[in-house]
Amino acid sequence: MTESNIPEQAEQPELAKKKPEAKKRSGFARFFSRDKDKIEQTPSEPVSVEEGLDKSRTSLMGKIGNVFKGSFDINDDLFDELEEVLITSDIGVEASLEIVEKLRERVKSDKIQDAPGVIAGLRAEIASVLSPAEQPWDVLHQRPYVMLMVGVNGVGKTTTTAKIAKQFRDQGKTVMLAAADTFRAAAVEQLQEWGRRMDIPVVAQAHGADAAAVAYDALNSAIVKGSQVLIIDTAGRLHTQSDLMEQLQKINRVLSNLDPSMPHEVMQILDAGTGQNALSQLEHFQKAVGVTSVCLTKLDGSAKGGLAISLTQKYGLPIRYIGVGEGYLDLKPFSAKEFSDALIPDISDQIGDKA
Amino acid sequence: MFEQLGDRLQGTLKKIRGQARLSEENISDAMREVRIALLEADVSLPVVKSFITKVKQKAVGVDVSKSLNPGQMVVKIVQDELVELMGAANDALNLAQTPPAVILVAGLQGAGKTTTVGKLANLLKNREGKRVMVASADIYRPAAIEQLKTLADSIDVAFCQSSADQKAVDIVANAKLAAKNGVMDVLIIDTAGRLHVDGELMEEIKAVHAAANPVETLFVVDSMTGQDAVVSAKAFDEALPLTGVILTKTDGDARGGAALSIREVTGKPIKFLGIGEKIDGIEAFHPDRVASRILGMGDVMTLIEEAEQKVDKEKAEKLVKKLKKGKGFDLEDYRDQVAQMNNMGGIESMMDKLPGMGNLNLPTGAMGGMMGDMNKSVAIINSMTPKERQFPALIKGGRKKRIAMGSGTEIQDVNKTLKQFMQMQKMMKKMGGKGKMAKMMRGMGGMPGMGGGKFPPGGMGGGGGMPF
Repeated sequence: MTESNIPEQAEQPELAKKKPEAKKRSGFARFFSRDKDKIEQTPSEPVSVEEGLDKSRTSLMGKIGNVFKGSFDINDDLFDELEEVLITSDIGVEASLEIVEKLRERVKSDKIQDAPGVIAGLRAEIASVLSPAEQPWDVLHQRPYVMLMVGVNGVGKTTTTAKIAKQFRDQGKTVMLAAADTFRAAAVEQLQEWGRRMDIPVVAQAHGADAAAVAYDALNSAIVKGSQVLIIDTAGRLHTQSDLMEQLQKINRVLSNLDPSMPHEVMQILDAGTGQNALSQLEHFQKAVGVTSVCLTKLDGSAKGGLAISLTQKYGLPIRYIGVGEGYLDLKPFSAKEFSDALIPDISDQIGDKA
Repeated sequence: MFEQLGDRLQGTLKKIRGQARLSEENISDAMREVRIALLEADVSLPVVKSFITKVKQKAVGVDVSKSLNPGQMVVKIVQDELVELMGAANDALNLAQTPPAVILVAGLQGAGKTTTVGKLANLLKNREGKRVMVASADIYRPAAIEQLKTLADSIDVAFCQSSADQKAVDIVANAKLAAKNGVMDVLIIDTAGRLHVDGELMEEIKAVHAAANPVETLFVVDSMTGQDAVVSAKAFDEALPLTGVILTKTDGDARGGAALSIREVTGKPIKFLGIGEKIDGIEAFHPDRVASRILGMGDVMTLIEEAEQKVDKEKAEKLVKKLKKGKGFDLEDYRDQVAQMNNMGGIESMMDKLPGMGNLNLPTGAMGGMMGDMNKSVAIINSMTPKERQFPALIKGGRKKRIAMGSGTEIQDVNKTLKQFMQMQKMMKKMGGKGKMAKMMRGMGGMPGMGGGKFPPGGMGGGGGMPF
């Protein structure tokens, strides 16, 4: 299974040369790269400002803008249209219905009468659904702090593992990686290559080795070396393959045998492009290995952030990171407010005189 | 895949099936539920809307004098429209070109392109006897080229070496030359995953396409993709002259909405389904069969084809002969049977294709657990001596302990395996050589996880010819 390619800014000047122009970004990536004050960026980070046309084509706010274009009344049709907009952003039927229902009540009780008011109301509803997903995270209270990265095939586990490791290291933490994806061809090599580029030790065994043994080795090594964080990359597996899920449980068991508090974090990586199946994925992984947090990758495709809403509404797990681009700094900590602002920004300038 | 959508649609349509008269109102009610079922299956909204409109139009004007009652008519309309959505018949690869015929594979990151290239190469080599070469133009992801090389080596197809410091177009030109010099029939080119909004990488793949001049350009897409599936498919379709689609990871519990939407939006046929991680996990896509799978009518055709392709005929005939001669069915034969079922993608995949099975409502993974137990049985039998396999009666306390140790299991597991084997043996005796799938499956009621499961009578009839 393939995973995402990250041309990394710092280590790969030749790649930066290959892509001299700032990429056109839409949706989340554009939002986050524009917001330089709020989120730390490296100077080399390509920042792009896009013309308004592009954003209205691709993203949720654009679709919402369309709802309010021309003449509109605050009536059932308007709410139905909003509901459809939410559904097409992968928010899911159930969550969409609920959000629109609450919005309806809010509009009624607050006597909202204009488009900006409705949009602000919608943004507030979404922010309130998302708020449980933003939680403080302290990785230094345990040493080593052990993280197990899990997910289905192709969501970007290895790449995300590398990005998180790099961020931790840049913050001055000592990190160790474990290549426990012993199944996919060249997965070990992929992580080792990252380790080499970032100068982070990677514990690995041969292809086909027992993943739990790799994890065990890595943990011992992390203890001996006194690493602060150990991140264990695992093989992608479909949540319906019970034998592979059992294998994951074995890794969990091996770690908790050494110390019952381990792993401290079981992070499920989800591809933001996934539809309603993401809920099923999370449900199965949670049942098997007790997922404690979520990371949403590949949010830069277009406005695909709806998944965060249905996930949080149903499970309320913290979302540690969202991936909005290919560079390692494009893996951002999650903020409910920023996320809902990105999902539904102020578009009063686009609505025109009707607003 | 598709089961959950199937369950939902069947439930909805059941209500309407019995109706003697259809009013606009009860059609509307049913269609509202069909709409939600499709949306929850990630079928994209515009596709759902046009689907519902079409079904409604046809249903309201339905001719009541037909042999079907109006309710049944609606079910038929839904099925016809589903088939229409997905394309009527299977579209095979078109490789009629002066060799080497080039196949280019493109898609988003993590869709499963590299694995699919391996599976496709294996399929063309083994089933069509083609000389296949693969090459990777993925210069971005670390170890991507290495991954394809490993796959190519494992299935023994030619691999054209490339490196990450080359340009993608140069890799393609090299590979074409190498394929020509090597007298290859087919050259499959893997590309880097890219987002459809990434202008530069989309330009790159256009250049790669021009250099490759492929006869087939296949878009690989994850079957779990959400509403965005149509957007990315459209973008790729606009950038490249796609000739078909491959849907991957269909062994999960995704409801297959992407499959329904992409064909409608791009007009390009889905040619293959990727199933599971094994190298032979790829299957031609037959829209008509999948539509009946969605509506719970089973897909016996695919099952029979699979049996023909994957069951080792020699072994099966040998077993039949042996049984006819009156010789006993021993543990070696039992192990072969289990292995054959594994080859066909396991029980879960077989059940999926049988009519009526979708209504059993087995918990997800129940069957998977059963396969795990069956794999355990294989390990247990492997730990026996040839003599023990032939005369299982020999296996008593001490031997059981040794076998359990050898296979990393418990004595209870050994007992369980022996018990299952005994049941199977009894059944085989009754069958006396004329293999009837129905009987065999009934006998499997004693297997773990099946809980003495009852199968609908005659439900297995379609598999009667299987060489078990």
